Amino acid sequence: MFKSFIAGILLGIAGAGAALYYIPVVNQAREQSLIVVHPNHGNTETFHVNIPMDRIMVGVPGQEEPLPAGLEWPRDEQFATMRAEMFKIRNSKDAVVGVASRFAGSDEVIGNTVEWVMHLPARGSAYIRMEPTAREGGFRLGDLASGTREFAPLAGHVTERWIADTTGLEDAPTGKIEIITAFVSKEFAGDYADLDEVIPE
Amino acid sequence: MKYVVSLIVGMALGVTIFFALLYYNPLTSQNKLSPLSVSDNDVITFNYSAVASDALVFTNDGESQIAPHPAKVLQLWEPTVRRTHAMATVLHDSRNQPAAIGIKFSSDSEKTRVLNSEALVDSVWHIYVPGQGSLFVEQQENHWNYIHEIVIPAYWSSADNWRGSWLGSISSGPGALGTARVFGGSGIFAGLEVDAVESLNAKAYSVAAGPVAMDGELAIELPRGSDEPVPE
Repeated sequence: MFKSFIAGILLGIAGAGAALYYIPVVNQAREQSLIVVHPNHGNTETFHVNIPMDRIMVGVPGQEEPLPAGLEWPRDEQFATMRAEMFKIRNSKDAVVGVASRFAGSDEVIGNTVEWVMHLPARGSAYIRMEPTAREGGFRLGDLASGTREFAPLAGHVTERWIADTTGLEDAPTGKIEIITAFVSKEFAGDYADLDEVIPE
Repeated sequence: MKYVVSLIVGMALGVTIFFALLYYNPLTSQNKLSPLSVSDNDVITFNYSAVASDALVFTNDGESQIAPHPAKVLQLWEPTVRRTHAMATVLHDSRNQPAAIGIKFSSDSEKTRVLNSEALVDSVWHIYVPGQGSLFVEQQENHWNYIHEIVIPAYWSSADNWRGSWLGSISSGPGALGTARVFGGSGIFAGLEVDAVESLNAKAYSVAAGPVAMDGELAIELPRGSDEPVPE
């Protein structure tokens, strides 16, 4: 009986160790990536934000109806020329795949700036700097300034544009912000000057 | 039958011994010295309250211990974002004046290895400093010491809380010295690539509500003379 007890202790220690080693403590849920691969080594992926459903926060001073309700945005004058937003972001199958922040600001030192950070928990984060003014066709072009994990070895372009809803359905969003990324390995970034793949039709 | 019972009792004791060894492992000591404290470069600091109800916005899956703030904020209940926290907060400078707006996304990391005393979180900060520029901070955080020295003692306490003084760095990479990586996006920070360290200063923790009195500090190393615009 004593030998069984000792064997049990050893088995318990080994079992707990093996369980912690082999069973992942964290396993992030994933949605299928819907990526289009192009012959020049690059690939494009389309994300969108349904407005207003996916809007978590709109940070601007003096809102009559703040989002979220109860938000007390700082009244400090230095924050008067900026806008901060948080969203959920979806893939082209309309499944939520991450969250994003967007800063837009304007002052003498910074100039006009528009930036995104897209955070996809299972894949990594992308820091995107956009051109401050929209191009002909109503889209804004930007580039991947920095990335983490899956996005770390990549370079490329990003566009954002507003697409108003035309379905007229009662529960349809008023529109969506479409974000198209066209990334390529930094190794091939020099060959990747063609913007056609990322510019929306 | 008595052999089976003694085997099961032994296994239960073995599992207990294993977790006790893991918890009291003397080899997992806290590194309290920030790598930036020995740097010759200038360091700017941003301070914030790490209590969710002090943030402008804090949201998670809505079922976690820490309640979203404000109460009606959109919650991250979808499977892909359920283990993610999002926070927007005012960052204060070293004179405790509002200096920036920071948005932080934190997700439990799949690289977490309890056997190695690693409770990892992948996080990014997106910071806008009016009149100066914007920053992107990427880091991996290790919350093992925070859990070990604050959260578990709070659960063990008969009052279900912890009070004391705990100061520790949570940044554990990707820099070689366990520092976060900072990328400057615009203004005087444009093109900047430097290191940062985030640390927490906890004073009270409640099992029911999470951190009750806790401040965070993000220290960012700047090259000397960086008050001049940094060329891109």
